[in-house]
Amino acid sequence: MKFLSLIWSSMKRKKLRSVLTLLSIFVAFLLFGILCILKESLTGGVSATDAARLVVRHKVSFIQMLPQGYANRIKTIHGVSLVAHQTWFNGMTKTMDNASDVVVPSFPVDPEIFMKIYPELVLPASQMEAWMSTRTGAVVGKTAADKYKWRIGDHIQLTSPIWQTEAGANSWEFNIVGIYTGAKKNTDLSGFLFRYDYFEEMRGGLDKSMVGWFGVRVDDPQQADAISKRIDDEFANSPWEVKAEPEGAMVQGFIQQFGDIASIIRAVLSMVFFTILLISGNTMSQAVRERFAELGVLKAIGFPNGLVLMLVLGESCTVALLGGLTGLAMAWVFSLGGSPVPNFLPVWYMKPQDIYLGMGFALLLGLVTGAVPAIQAFRLRIAEALRRDA
Amino acid sequence: MASNWLSQLFTVALFNLRSIPARKGSALTAAVGIAGVVAVLTGVLSIAEGFRKTMTSAGSPDVAIVLRAGAENEMTSGLGRDETRLIADTPGVARGAAGPLASAELFVIISLPKRTTGTDANVPLRGVEGTAFEVRGNIRMLEGRRFESGKNEIIVGAGARREFAGLNIGQEIKVGRNVWTVVGVFTSGGGISDSEIWTDAAVLQPAYNRGPTFQSVYVRLASPEDFGIFKNGISKNPELKATARTLPDFYSSQSEMLSQFITVFGVFISVMMGLGALFGALNTMYSAVASRTREIATLRALGFPAAPVVVSVLAESIVLSLAGGVVGAAAAYWAFNGYQTSTMNFQTFSQVSFNFAVTPLLLAAAIAMAAILGLFGGLFPALRAARMPIASALRDS
Repeated sequence: MKFLSLIWSSMKRKKLRSVLTLLSIFVAFLLFGILCILKESLTGGVSATDAARLVVRHKVSFIQMLPQGYANRIKTIHGVSLVAHQTWFNGMTKTMDNASDVVVPSFPVDPEIFMKIYPELVLPASQMEAWMSTRTGAVVGKTAADKYKWRIGDHIQLTSPIWQTEAGANSWEFNIVGIYTGAKKNTDLSGFLFRYDYFEEMRGGLDKSMVGWFGVRVDDPQQADAISKRIDDEFANSPWEVKAEPEGAMVQGFIQQFGDIASIIRAVLSMVFFTILLISGNTMSQAVRERFAELGVLKAIGFPNGLVLMLVLGESCTVALLGGLTGLAMAWVFSLGGSPVPNFLPVWYMKPQDIYLGMGFALLLGLVTGAVPAIQAFRLRIAEALRRDA
Repeated sequence: MASNWLSQLFTVALFNLRSIPARKGSALTAAVGIAGVVAVLTGVLSIAEGFRKTMTSAGSPDVAIVLRAGAENEMTSGLGRDETRLIADTPGVARGAAGPLASAELFVIISLPKRTTGTDANVPLRGVEGTAFEVRGNIRMLEGRRFESGKNEIIVGAGARREFAGLNIGQEIKVGRNVWTVVGVFTSGGGISDSEIWTDAAVLQPAYNRGPTFQSVYVRLASPEDFGIFKNGISKNPELKATARTLPDFYSSQSEMLSQFITVFGVFISVMMGLGALFGALNTMYSAVASRTREIATLRALGFPAAPVVVSVLAESIVLSLAGGVVGAAAAYWAFNGYQTSTMNFQTFSQVSFNFAVTPLLLAAAIAMAAILGLFGGLFPALRAARMPIASALRDS
């Protein structure tokens, strides 16, 4: 480590140039970090799924409804332990500035079974009790509660263009009785859950006693595919055929509908790194070329070739790591601030694996940009170096 | 005198540009760096541009859509038979041989395997009335014929056929317990309808247990100016709980979220990459000035004023950036323009197929950005060159 000061002084030789190189590497890694957060946010739904959970929907599409009574039939199928239904309510509320209406992901559910199937939603026992004893009670995720300034005890209204009450009103009344948090970092907390018995009693229209889809907990995740098949077969040739699949597969399919996000992000990142590699590689070569005479002096006073090579590589790696790590750190700080668009991308965090990958890239960048000048320095002959003019 | 000064400026700048080959490596680096930035900028923004183009090109201003009051899109809307009749009879609607030009429509979603991934994705299946073609005005059959009313026949949009497997003429798709035959392929000139599948609303209703209900009514207005009358007629009618919007208006609200997201994403990446390239360009130009220290000092010693020196350095930086910008823009045009893809539109929960569009405006903006990067990248090094003390610079080794 005694050569660190030597590396440091050669970086200080042209301060402006070192600062500019550091900045361009910093920007590249900040971008890398943010794109990783974005990719996780867009595709990370899969890692938030539970392997022991299936989703059962109408075979034609998600928007087709199924009879609520199917829950009991699904429950009798071998390997199934719990079944809970959900329905898309499309509840809307005013934005904070009162300027427009926004959709809150809202679902009528059967509280007890639902919370058993989705244990990653954490609701204090007292609030769960309050929910069970309040027919108009609703619980909201922390992200949604923060966004709309909802507190326990609030009385609120949501309007739904799909669901009208028997009386023909579009507006539904709820009492907030609980706020749930997530057991994991990537748990979606933007939802609004309320009681199905209240919903079923109040709603009018053709779809009474119909629900959107079922969440199913199975005893053995290894059997998930086989159980899905059994559920499909159970309802084959009925008026409502279903499609059952593991939650992970469903989310994966949903993400794929957006197109290949991962490859677009990979393409952008490789352009960024290629450009930065070129720029900092060129700067590094130039910085070493200018110092050939000095390196010659080092060799003349007895520095072995290998040590000179290491000095040059050390310098390029220091620059790359310094810029890269500060960039990654900055991206991490950015991820702590929460999603800038919580409605669109509710999950917003940086995966530790991505941070390690970034560190690896920074080191690699240092080695690659330093390689050519380091080899030149290694081969440099003392007599020639000392004779050099510039 | 002025012309003398100008020609001096010109000569020094030209002299400088001619010396670029002596600094091939670093000059090339700067140019390629800028080219990379410009290519990414153009590529990402061409996605947003193409999507926007698809969402707006289908909407003729003399077509209006009516949804249930409060519904943001067709999926959450619902209208009864009586309501759709009242809407068709509202003043402002154009009349054809068979009555008002209005089409009451159903909008459902079906899952079909996507060609590229082989996995299921959502396709809109629209039930329309016979008048729909005359109401839209821009639907053209590319192959085959229109569906016959009362039959389980479908026609598919050109984009839907491209993105999904099994939608060629003569092929059958099974939706629930019904089997539908593809009898035609249509286009709306690259608009949103190209991503849809159409059939007879009267056949779709029983297949979906819908009864005599619809989700939207499309009407052709007598003229675009009649929209005010029509809209008023809808909202003032006490028997209706519905709102009317022009089609361009409706389409742009449907795509707002996605196009905003792509644009913000694209601009963010471009700004970050632009910054990175700016630092790179500054580095290149500082070292270009440094390597020409003696040369510049000689010019100054010969009596050339500071201005031509500043201009010459700026000229080099801008020329390099522009060259990079043009190469980057051309590469982006070659690689991305017309690239066909499809994605999920959140607001309609279904696939939209569209082409990346590298528009002339986008190309101009990209090259302008390259020029600006060049200007800023060269400015500070140019000032440093002009301020160099002549005597010590001449002695520089």
